[in-house]
Amino acid sequence: MGTWIMAGITFREAARKKILWTAFIAGIGFLLVFGIGLHFQVEDFRSTTVPPFLRYQILSSMLMVGLYTVDLLAVVMTTLTSVDTISGEIISGTIHAIATKPLARWQVLIGKWMGFVGMAAAYVAIMLGGTIAEGYWIGGVVTQHPVRGVLLIFLECIVALSVTFMFGTWFSTLTNGVIVLGLLGLAFMGGWLEQMSGFTEGSRLVMIGIVSSLIMPSEAIWRRAAFEMESPLAGSLQFSPFADISVPSLAMIAYAGVYLLVALAIAMYHFGKRDL
Amino acid sequence: MRNLSLTVRRGEIFGFLGPNGAGKSTSIKMLLGLVKPTSGKAFVLGAASNDVDVRRRIGFLPEDFRFYEWLTATELLQLHGRLSGVPARKLRDRVPALIDLVGLTPHAEKRLQDFSKGMLQRIGLAQALIHEPELIFLDEPTSGLDPMGRRMVRDIIRAQRDRGATVFLNSHLLSEIEITCDEVVFIREGEVVTSRDLRTLQEDEVRVVVHARKLTPECVEGLAPWSTSTHLDAEQLTLTTRSRDVLPDIVRHLVSTGADIYQFTPQRLSLEELFVSIMGEDRGL
Repeated sequence: MGTWIMAGITFREAARKKILWTAFIAGIGFLLVFGIGLHFQVEDFRSTTVPPFLRYQILSSMLMVGLYTVDLLAVVMTTLTSVDTISGEIISGTIHAIATKPLARWQVLIGKWMGFVGMAAAYVAIMLGGTIAEGYWIGGVVTQHPVRGVLLIFLECIVALSVTFMFGTWFSTLTNGVIVLGLLGLAFMGGWLEQMSGFTEGSRLVMIGIVSSLIMPSEAIWRRAAFEMESPLAGSLQFSPFADISVPSLAMIAYAGVYLLVALAIAMYHFGKRDL
Repeated sequence: MRNLSLTVRRGEIFGFLGPNGAGKSTSIKMLLGLVKPTSGKAFVLGAASNDVDVRRRIGFLPEDFRFYEWLTATELLQLHGRLSGVPARKLRDRVPALIDLVGLTPHAEKRLQDFSKGMLQRIGLAQALIHEPELIFLDEPTSGLDPMGRRMVRDIIRAQRDRGATVFLNSHLLSEIEITCDEVVFIREGEVVTSRDLRTLQEDEVRVVVHARKLTPECVEGLAPWSTSTHLDAEQLTLTTRSRDVLPDIVRHLVSTGADIYQFTPQRLSLEELFVSIMGEDRGL
């Protein structure tokens, strides 16, 4: 019961933070710009001789860029809104009145985690749903396996959230933010290096990508999500930057799942042990 | 903390005193399971301090109470009541009653971000009482309050004792402790120095201020059998005794040595004076 109460209050807290609404406003702005851009592209195609097959692949690539933007927004928003929920409340002393209530510390942490999970789910569903719908209604592009893609991007957010919670039980808000954003940057770089390996067949770049994915699997999850959502033809023709040159395996997705559970378990353990 | 061992009787108001850095807040945090002792164990109400269930019977007002500032006073109490396991039906009556008790009824629907420090302490006290706990820890509950607020807190603390609750009070305001607590413990550098029962303190320690002429050093030296300290300054003699019973003997002695007494005023030793005499003067931190 206490866990659900904490989840509810955390969800309400997150919903009252300016950063969430800023992210939503930015997201709505993105959807507007993306929709208008897509519309203009469709209009421009009418006055050109670009064959329908190529038109579709271009619009499909535009949709993938839009989905990638949403993916970045979702992960960064999840990290920034949750970065001070543990460390900030420890430093301010807000946690004292909560941690002395009849609920175990792990329940406090899991409750907060669930609140942010709910918020991330709402954000991902609205933003990805909006982007996919615009791609279909304006550009006529059908997203392959949209549910799989949405679930994978949601998983990516939860991985970032769990890592943020884990470091939040050790470090101050600022340090925690620097560490998590640093890890996301590392994963981003590793993922793109691995993607570039397709042009040179360089196994060393693949190795960098795999190692960085093991350290932080966020980008690997995105690339799997892109593989699931992108038009098979565009992907196999390497028509877009998200082409399936080096698709993370399902084993990597399973690893990401274990990774988030371990991060969460460490967060619960350390939060339960540390002095407040 | 070293060798901290406390016994607090049920139904009393217990004061916890010590200079800055003595370990008062740390001790409370250990008793509440917020901080783990490096060695030894802490028990509260017969259960280990980290026992989750025992917290249903404990209320706590932290020093510098802070909470989600976007909540209203009513929402805050409802949340704490639910976290403490109070049924929603009971909260419907209890929340407005407590808000009224701490004098915040006109501000019941105001967000905490608009509250002053004193108002936050009032609502913090209310959240500590929301589940009618058996044991209440109050860490500096009156530090941000005006005199009326302090009086209100004092009355609430006494009312809690009257309903059978035990109150563990940590405060720097010795005058508040003095008129509120039944017993006090003095700690210094993490160790208990001594304890006093304030209900009998008046009978234990008496200071006497005497205004008289013809006071001689020999006369003052002759007070040694009854006094623990003496100080002669012109025509004013200040002395302390361990019992009011010896006051007639002192008067007889002064008169017998030829002193002309104009004023003889027994005073109770204030807790502040007792504190200084036990802890010594401030030697810096």
